[in-house]
Amino acid sequence: MAHRIVDKEKLSENVYRMEIEAKYVAEAREPGQFVLIAYDNDRSERIPLTIADVDLDKGTITVIFQAVGKSTIEFASLNVGDSFDAVAGPLGNPTDIEKYGKVVCVGGGIGNAPLYPIVKALKQAGNEVISILGARNKELLILEEQFKEISDEIITVTDDGSYGRKALVTEPLGELCSKGEIDLCVAIGPAIMMKFCCQTTKKYDIPTIVSLNSIMVDGTGMCGGCRVEVGGETKFTCVDGPEFDGHKVDFDQLIKRLGSYKKYEQQAAAEHNCKLEGKL
Amino acid sequence: MKSNMELLKELMEKEAAGELTNKERMKIPQQPMPEQDPNERRSNINEVALGYTEEQARIEAMRCLDCKNAPCIEGCPVQIDIRSFVKQIADGKFTEALDTIKQTSLLPAVCGRVCPQETQCQETCTLGKVMKDPMKAVSIGRLERYVADRCAEQSESPKVAEDTGKKVAIVGSGPGGLVAAADCRRAGHKVTVFEAFHKPGGVLMYGIPEFRLPKELVAKEIETLKQMDVEIMCNFIIGKTRSISQLMNEDGYDAMFLAVGAGLPRFMNIPGENLIGVYSANEYLTRANLMNAYKFGSESDTPIIRGGKVAVIGGGNVAMDAARTALRLGAESVKLIYRRTEKEMPARIEEIHHAKEEGVEVNILKSPIEYKGDEEGWVKSMVCQSFELGEPDDSGRRRPVPIEGSEEEFEIDTVIVAIGNKANPLLRRATPELEYNKWGNINIGENCETNLPGVYAGGDAALGAATVILAMGHGRTAAKAINDYLAEKS
Repeated sequence: MAHRIVDKEKLSENVYRMEIEAKYVAEAREPGQFVLIAYDNDRSERIPLTIADVDLDKGTITVIFQAVGKSTIEFASLNVGDSFDAVAGPLGNPTDIEKYGKVVCVGGGIGNAPLYPIVKALKQAGNEVISILGARNKELLILEEQFKEISDEIITVTDDGSYGRKALVTEPLGELCSKGEIDLCVAIGPAIMMKFCCQTTKKYDIPTIVSLNSIMVDGTGMCGGCRVEVGGETKFTCVDGPEFDGHKVDFDQLIKRLGSYKKYEQQAAAEHNCKLEGKL
Repeated sequence: MKSNMELLKELMEKEAAGELTNKERMKIPQQPMPEQDPNERRSNINEVALGYTEEQARIEAMRCLDCKNAPCIEGCPVQIDIRSFVKQIADGKFTEALDTIKQTSLLPAVCGRVCPQETQCQETCTLGKVMKDPMKAVSIGRLERYVADRCAEQSESPKVAEDTGKKVAIVGSGPGGLVAAADCRRAGHKVTVFEAFHKPGGVLMYGIPEFRLPKELVAKEIETLKQMDVEIMCNFIIGKTRSISQLMNEDGYDAMFLAVGAGLPRFMNIPGENLIGVYSANEYLTRANLMNAYKFGSESDTPIIRGGKVAVIGGGNVAMDAARTALRLGAESVKLIYRRTEKEMPARIEEIHHAKEEGVEVNILKSPIEYKGDEEGWVKSMVCQSFELGEPDDSGRRRPVPIEGSEEEFEIDTVIVAIGNKANPLLRRATPELEYNKWGNINIGENCETNLPGVYAGGDAALGAATVILAMGHGRTAAKAINDYLAEKS
């Protein structure tokens, strides 16, 4: 089954949004779930990407990704009308959406994409949502407009101060927590960001949900490549997650495991970039 | 020494003269399987066993004593008419021999290669009993493989009965699913196979390596199914993309066979098991086989850690496959670590033998108790404990007992844990109405039926871990039950 790209947009440097035909996935999907996606069945790697949105009328899903490795650089080179061979899912457990009260949702960089449907659902469930969106610089801050529409309050920060407040996301998060009215925190972004968000909320004993982006092959529990230690126990991100109690996750181990194939990927991306130069 | 050609001629003359008595047959030398040289093959992925020549096949077939009660057939989980097909090979009627096999088994090229014949048809073979060694029985598997390969092109796809208007869903495209799909389609039902991965074949594709089972053969079997108008939907995860009840209640399927295979890989829960470089065998083999990671950089985008010093934990066929794959990926050394002795290893004798020939170091009566890593989180050594064998346990195998103070540390940079699988929670969570046993596998009856009407299950999903042929046996049983069920329903 080929999955056609029906829309493509460049959101910032190296960050792309794509709307892809995947009728069954769109129908079954709930916030927090992801797909495994591959361009060419014979050659490509299977990359897990969170479903950022769906359009049931069109039978499409939206994914947002950063072109960083060979496979995502290849995704970025595709255009409307091109097709992916594989879009498998929706995988993982959906987010536990309830009325918690006042929820602070922290998105960092590309993490805004998986965070978006969760914020949307939390808002619909009657929560008061404060969104903190962070990025390295103005150029890399994505989906701000969309978050504005669904958040009660929005705080933007950049590392270099080129937009919003010059700060890391943990600063406004800490301030909110110290006021003592937060019932839940959801943090999605780079592992290091989630780690520090959890350290911040832990001080105030605020329950914190994180969504992990472990390396995986099948996404159905069969390979075990995505294992992570949560509360001293080994869990599989694909079938036990992708969301976990952030205060229990061993982030240092996660960060290391995410680097498993760094040297292989750098080598492949370097070779691929040479061939693709000028195409993007 | 006589050439095979001369020997065959002599045997044929004796046979024609009615002089080929059982005593004479027992004297015929067992034909060895021609194989790639161990030193050469450990650095390529080509098939290790090269297959019999025509003369070898006929000579080997003439060793058959043609027993009246044919105990070999009893030993076969799908009851292939072994006695007849072996006789046909002896007579040089190869196409007929394949037709005989195909009456009961649809995947002879696969079974001839991966079935554990020494514990099935060859275990019950009279010749093997006389020789007091199932390895010396008539080489039934090799003969099956010979005709499957030789006549692959001539073989027609099975005939399909008139359309019944009924729809059957097969969940999983491993050996059990493929057999059930073919059998249900032959009965005239519309059949759809759902596969979670991007290529059909299940364990035949992701698990068993190319050097033991060329993927081209699996692809050919699947092509046959497509020619029979079986629809195959890849990247489709039942329990996630669609549920069992959606298939049965909304999508119009009348019956279903769940053959989703085994699930989560088992780990030992010892310190350091989540260090980088510690793989489950499932992941290691999937990357290497299905994702072609051995061609990373040129024809594949999926990486795999190419270890220098590799340790494989376990003593089953999967452990042997992983160890031999590691060698082919360029490992400098591969240690196989098993906590009992070679005698208790669940792997086929032939696989153990092949692994050793290729340079896998077999370490028995040892088990890891800890992995140690470097600052970046990469595994760099393992601590092993030694064992001695005590009293037999529930499995009848002597229980390994740890020896105090026997710890020793080995330097390693890759570990592959091949100690089996637990049930997959995915289907279970999605389908709580289905009944499971205490191990989390699907509960089935004699005809592979589950507690849900029209829903059947088999293979590893029901058995825990088993073999390709047992899964195929379930596929056959379930398909028959489904066909009966649907006949009654109309």
